[in-house]
Formats: sequence, structure tokens, C-alpha cells
Amino acid sequence: MWLTMTLLGAGGFAASGLIGMVGNRRRNWGHWLSVLVAVLAALCGLTAAMAILLGAPVESLAGPGPAPVMTTNLRLDPLAAFFLVPIFLIGGLCSLYGIGYWKQSHHPRTGRKLRFWYGILISSMAMITLSNNGICFLFAWELMAISTFFLIATEDFKPDSRQAAWVYLAAAHISTLLLFAFFALLRMASGSFLLRPLSPEQAGMGLQTALFLLALGAFGVKAGMVPLHFWLPEAHANAPSHVSATLSGTTIKMGIFGLLRVLPLLPARPLGWGILVMTLGALSAFLGVLWAIGQHDLKKLLAYHSVENIGIILLGLGLALIGEAKHQPIWIILGMAGCLLHVWNHGLFKSLLFLSAGSVIHAAGTRKIDRLGGLAQSMPLTSNLFLLGAIAICGLPPLNGFVSELFIYVGLLRTMTVLPILALAAGVLAMVGALAAACFTKVCGAVFLGTARTKLRRVREAGPAFWLPMMILAGGCLLIGMAPTLVATPLNRTTSAWAHRGLPALVALTPLTALTIMNLSLAAVLLVAFLLRRFLARQARTQPTWNCGYAGSSSRMQYTASSLAQMLLGTLRPLLRMRRREPRLSGLFAGPGQFHSHVDDPVLKNVLEPGWRRLRSVLANGRVFQRGNVQSYLFYMLLMLLFLLLITLPLGALWKILF
Amino acid sequence: MMMTLNAIFVLVILINLFVLGAGRMKALIHAAALQGILLGLLPPLVLREAQFVPLFMALMTVVLKGVVIPNMLLKALRDAHVKREVEPIIGFMPCILLGAAATGAALVLAGRITPSASPLGLLVIPTSISMLFTGFLLLTTRVKALTQTIGFLLLENGIFVFGLLLLGAIPSLVELGVLLDLFVGIFVISIIMHHINREFASLDTRRLSSLKG
Repeated sequence: MWLTMTLLGAGGFAASGLIGMVGNRRRNWGHWLSVLVAVLAALCGLTAAMAILLGAPVESLAGPGPAPVMTTNLRLDPLAAFFLVPIFLIGGLCSLYGIGYWKQSHHPRTGRKLRFWYGILISSMAMITLSNNGICFLFAWELMAISTFFLIATEDFKPDSRQAAWVYLAAAHISTLLLFAFFALLRMASGSFLLRPLSPEQAGMGLQTALFLLALGAFGVKAGMVPLHFWLPEAHANAPSHVSATLSGTTIKMGIFGLLRVLPLLPARPLGWGILVMTLGALSAFLGVLWAIGQHDLKKLLAYHSVENIGIILLGLGLALIGEAKHQPIWIILGMAGCLLHVWNHGLFKSLLFLSAGSVIHAAGTRKIDRLGGLAQSMPLTSNLFLLGAIAICGLPPLNGFVSELFIYVGLLRTMTVLPILALAAGVLAMVGALAAACFTKVCGAVFLGTARTKLRRVREAGPAFWLPMMILAGGCLLIGMAPTLVATPLNRTTSAWAHRGLPALVALTPLTALTIMNLSLAAVLLVAFLLRRFLARQARTQPTWNCGYAGSSSRMQYTASSLAQMLLGTLRPLLRMRRREPRLSGLFAGPGQFHSHVDDPVLKNVLEPGWRRLRSVLANGRVFQRGNVQSYLFYMLLMLLFLLLITLPLGALWKILF
Repeated sequence: MMMTLNAIFVLVILINLFVLGAGRMKALIHAAALQGILLGLLPPLVLREAQFVPLFMALMTVVLKGVVIPNMLLKALRDAHVKREVEPIIGFMPCILLGAAATGAALVLAGRITPSASPLGLLVIPTSISMLFTGFLLLTTRVKALTQTIGFLLLENGIFVFGLLLLGAIPSLVELGVLLDLFVGIFVISIIMHHINREFASLDTRRLSSLKG
């Protein structure tokens, strides 16, 4: 029954896409109907997923497939249900957000296309989680890749969007290609496309490692793990904001889901795998946040934070894998709980951040941080919601980011007695949290505080279609932060099902009750402080934030995003490739000058683009063969045929006969 | 029966060589038509007992390749006022020599790959390969669209001969389908030729490259 409901939810999203396609270009009724169907589908799917997480038995379904020999195998297990929750929740909420953000009557050209592919995207992601068969998985995976491509290219009249979409498409193809290799190898080893654990007799260590590396590559591209993240920042920055929220909140998590889905198929899991995952996770987390600090584009900055958070998730997964190798159930449960809960949390707060960034962009018409400023006065609700998301993403109490990071911290510190080196990762995690806090200080300071830096059009607070989804997401952040015991049951169930063994209860390992009390009291203190400040601050004079005591400062004298990040970036300069263009000052009264600094993505700009150019110039030599007349092409075919004929002949025997 | 079969195969190979050396379009079309009729005679000879579908197929082959297609091509020829293949990329004599060499090679090589107990004798595969090669040679060395069409026709004939080996093994419906494809293909090509001719005042396919972007 729950599986049927989930399928209904997935089908509902596909239907909402189809409904969103029809309808008048200039009128909104098609849009509203599509959103209504999407929200109902989301509710339906969420109910089913929660039921499975809270203890309903696993359901599966087999039926005829698209081609004669194939079958469709679906399975709704706790892992699938766990990932279905953010898919349906964020899918539904972002769909709702689209009513205000991408109104059909304002976007007659792109609105219908956007809704169609959005519905397909959510539906295909739900199908990925349900697939229990390599063919189904690949089918849904490819559908997800294609719909994401069209979503990134929603505004295909902008060159930036087209460029981002092409880069994404290339990355998605690499991922799918690796997956093809993965499933083909798996089929060879196990003799079936079903996702069943291999036995050690079926696959040796070498084969399993090959499978693991293929999966890590394929799913790493999707998840945006360093150094395979190169497509992510531009793609997330150029898509419409509610699509960015979905991409960042759920789609890149499909990479994590894929890893979690296929890892139990490989029974070997030596220590090296876990160490590799953990190293990549630490690298992604650290570099992601570092690159984020250098960005001037609000959405690109948030996108780099997705890389960072994928890194944190991978840290948890790495810990769980090491726990498997070392037979430490406590590490497994803590690592997996951190990994899984961070998937939820990141989905919640990153969507919240992208949606509030969307409101800012919608109101101000730009995503350049240095052009915004002082929005806290005109958009108080949005700015408070953004602040909440920022606190959550930095992993600060009393919000949800703290809970999932706490699991990973506790897990990493528990390794001290067996593998003390792993505890170093806790240091990385702490550093990442601090850098994220610095980064969001910069964003909040530059965007919401101070005064407007450029003449923006009249900015007004966004309407209910904007704040309602954000409120629900913020409520989720608060709920998980204040009452972490609520998520203990789903986490325990999913982790035990994933690890195929009974594991110690999460509640016994971490002080969840104490955490609840602490977070609640912290929240209470904050609330009291807030009320007191409001009460006491009546008489205080208000001045713009970055005024620094000067009375006659202009808005151009305040801190910019670059200057707020300057100190950190200067310290970390060896790690970043920062381009700076400084004005040359001469004379006593220097004339006007321009300062420009930019942090490029080293993987894309310094490795892939030059490599691609070189490859193209090498391949250009092949143009000699491209002659453009029919006769030559037919001649090539003849040569190929003769060649094929020759290799089928027994040449050795022929040689003997002829000579 | 084997004698008759072999005689037909030898005739077919001779036609191949003739086609390679022929400069006049009309002679080319007539030769291809004759080859088509000869091929149409093969299935009844190969079959032990009368079966409906192969016989129907033979009839269709004779009608299409011997009558309908040649007439379509002749009509296209009249419309286009082309009489000769004037400037082949490789001359006629070298072409004949190449074709002869290929046929010889096919005979030597195919002796090794023909199943020894083939009911059709040893000439089936060499004939087929020789026809494929002739077709390709026409396609690659001639520039007029009409000659190229005949090249395709010969190519298909080669496949047809090869298909005789598998008569009974593959459904005759497939053969019929191939025949239909060929017919439609040539039908379309003759229409296209008409348009090419009207547009460029010539059937020279090299000029088509001026359509390139």
C-alpha cells in the first residue's frame, strides 16, 4: 500500500509537469492547477515515506519491463523512504514557491517548460530511490540528468545559462557512462540486473574495488564531490532559484543515495575505501567553503556551500565505512546517522537559503552581492529567514545543522582509542564550520545590513507564496534542532537496514535529551534577549551598520563583500587562485580607480578548459578526412568493410595456402 | 541444376565487369536490369519444393529490378538529358581491372569460407562479394547521381545473393522488406535527382558539397 502511495506521489509530480505544460501562456490557471497537483502528490508521497521510516514493513513490486527480457523491480525500503522525504518535501515546497517566483504571466516563454521538466525531475528522483534493478535505475537516472539539463537551461536566451547547461550535460554524461560500466560489471559478476549483494565467490577483491571506484566516480560527479564538482556552481547559479533549491537540496543528494544504495552490494569494504571517502569528504568540505568565501555571486556562493556540505556528508559515510572495516558498530551508527541526517538538514537549510536568496533576487533584480545591501530594513522577514538558514548551515546550536554535525563529531572522537588519526577529521570539520560562519557573516553583512550600494528598484517584502514555503523549511530546521529525539527512530531504522545488522540505539550514544534541553534553553535565552532588545532599544539611535562611527559616510564607504572576505582570503592565498586587478594610484589626489578580485574554480579553469582546448586542437587534425563528398565517405565504408572481412578470415592459414 | 546456377553466377559476374567499363548510362541501366532478372531466377532454382513466399519474392524481384526500377531510371535519364558518365574519378579501364582483381581475390578467399557442403556450389560467396565490391566501386568512383543509384542497386544485389545461402533460415518476409526498401529508396532518389538536376543543371554529386554550411 505504501509503495502504491509513493508511486502515486511520483506519478502525481509527472502529472503536474504535464498539466503545467498546457494552459494559456499569459494566464496562471494552468500553473495553479499544476502546483495543486504537485502539493497533493507531495503529501501523498511524504505520508508513505514517513510510514516506512516509522516502522512499516518493506514493500517490493516486480512487473514486466520496457523491453522483452527486462523486468521492473521496485522496492520501498527505509533507505529509499529516507531520501524520499526531502524529495517530496522540497519538491512540493519549491513548486509552491514557483507560484510567486516564476509566475506564468511574468514568464510566458519559459514557465510551462520549467514546470514540465520540474515535474519530471521530482518524479524521476523518486523512481531512482525505488529502483531495485540496474536497468530501472539507469533509466530513472538518465531521466533525472536530462530534466536537470533543461531546468538549468530554462533561460536559454542567456549565454551564461547555456554555458552552464552544457558543462552540466558533459558532467552528467560522464556520470551515466561510468554507471553503465558499473552496472555492466555488476551484471557480469552476479548474472542479474537486480541489486543484490554479491557474494565473495562471485567477485574478487579487484573486481569489487573496480566497482567501488566506478560508483564513487559516477555518484561523485552527481553529488559534486571535489574534484568532480566543476559543473555545480555555475549550474546552481544560473537555474531559477527554486530550481537551484531543488537541485542543491535533493538532486545532488541522489549521488549520496546512489553510493549508499550500491555500497551494500559490495561485501568486501576494506579500510582503504572508507579512508578514501573520508579524505575526499574532508577535501570537499574544506575547499568548498574556501571557494565559497571568495564568491561575489549570491547563488554561486550558496552552490559552493553545497560542495562543502556534501563533504560533511561524505565524512560521515567514510566514518561508517571505516567502522564496517574495523567492526565497530558504534562508528557505523554515528557516521551513518550524521551522513543521513545531514542529507535531510542540508536539504532543509540549503533550500531555505536558496529560496530566500531567490526572494532577494526577485525583489532586487541582481544576484551580485556587491550591488545589494541594507535589505534587512525593506525585507525583514526574508532577512531573518536567511539568517536562520545561515545559522543552521554553519552547524551552530540550536538548529539542525548542529545535530548532524554532532553525530559526526562524537563518532570521530570515539575513534580516538583505535585509530587516533581519524580524529583529525574532527578538526577539519570544526575549521569548516568556522569558515562557513565567516562566509555567512560576509553574506548577511553585505546583503542585509548596511545601506543599499547601488540604486536598486523599490524593494518590497515578498508575498505569501514566497514566505510560506520558507517558513515550513525554517520550521523543519527548528524542529530537528530542538527535538533531535524525533529523528532517532528513522535514523536507527535506516542505518540498521543499510548495515544489515542490529546496531546500538542512537539515543544511548549521544546525549539527545540533554541536547534538546540545551537547545531549547538557548532558544529561550535568544528569544528573551531579542524581546529585551526590542523593548530597550526604543530610545537608541539607529545608524547604518557599516558606518563605523563616521557621521557623513556614503553608502560607497561601507564594507563590501570583498573587503569582508579580504582578511581570510589573504591568509589562505596559497590555497586559492585569486585574480586581482588593483588600481594604480599616483599623485596626492588619486583619480577614480577600480578594484576587482575574483576566485576562479581551479578544476574548471585550470584543468578542464585548457585540457579541452588542447584536445580540440589535436582532434582538428582529423578534419582531413572530412572531405564533404559522398564518394569519399562511401570509400571509407568500403575500407571498413574490407577490414572487417579481413579480420574474420583465418589469416595464418591463408598465408600458408597462398605462399 | 548446379550447372544452371553456376552459369547464372558467371553471367552475373560478367555483367559486373561490363558495368564497370560502361560509359553510356542506358547500357548501365540495361545491364543492371538484366542482372536483376537473372537474380530473380535464382530462388526457384535453389528451392527443392515450391513454397509460396520465396516464389512470390522471386517474382517481385524480377518485376521490380528487371522492369519497374530500370524504367524509373530511364525516365529520370530522359528528364535529365544525361547520356554518359563523362568524368569518372578513376578511369574505366582501371576500374575493370580493379573489379577483376577483386573478383579473383573473392574467389580465392571465399574458397576458404564457403561451407564445403553448400548446396549452391562454390560460386555463391565470390559472386556476392564481387557484386558488393562492384557496387562500392561505382559509388566511390562515379560522380553522376544516376550511376550512384545503380551502384546501390548492385550493392543490394550482392546482399540478395548472399541471402540465398540463408534461404529458409531467415524469414522471407525480411527479404521482401529489403526489396521494398530498395524500391522506395530508388523511388526517392529518382525524385531527388530530378530536383538536383533542376537546381544545379547537372547531376554531378560533387556540386552537392556547395550546400555545406
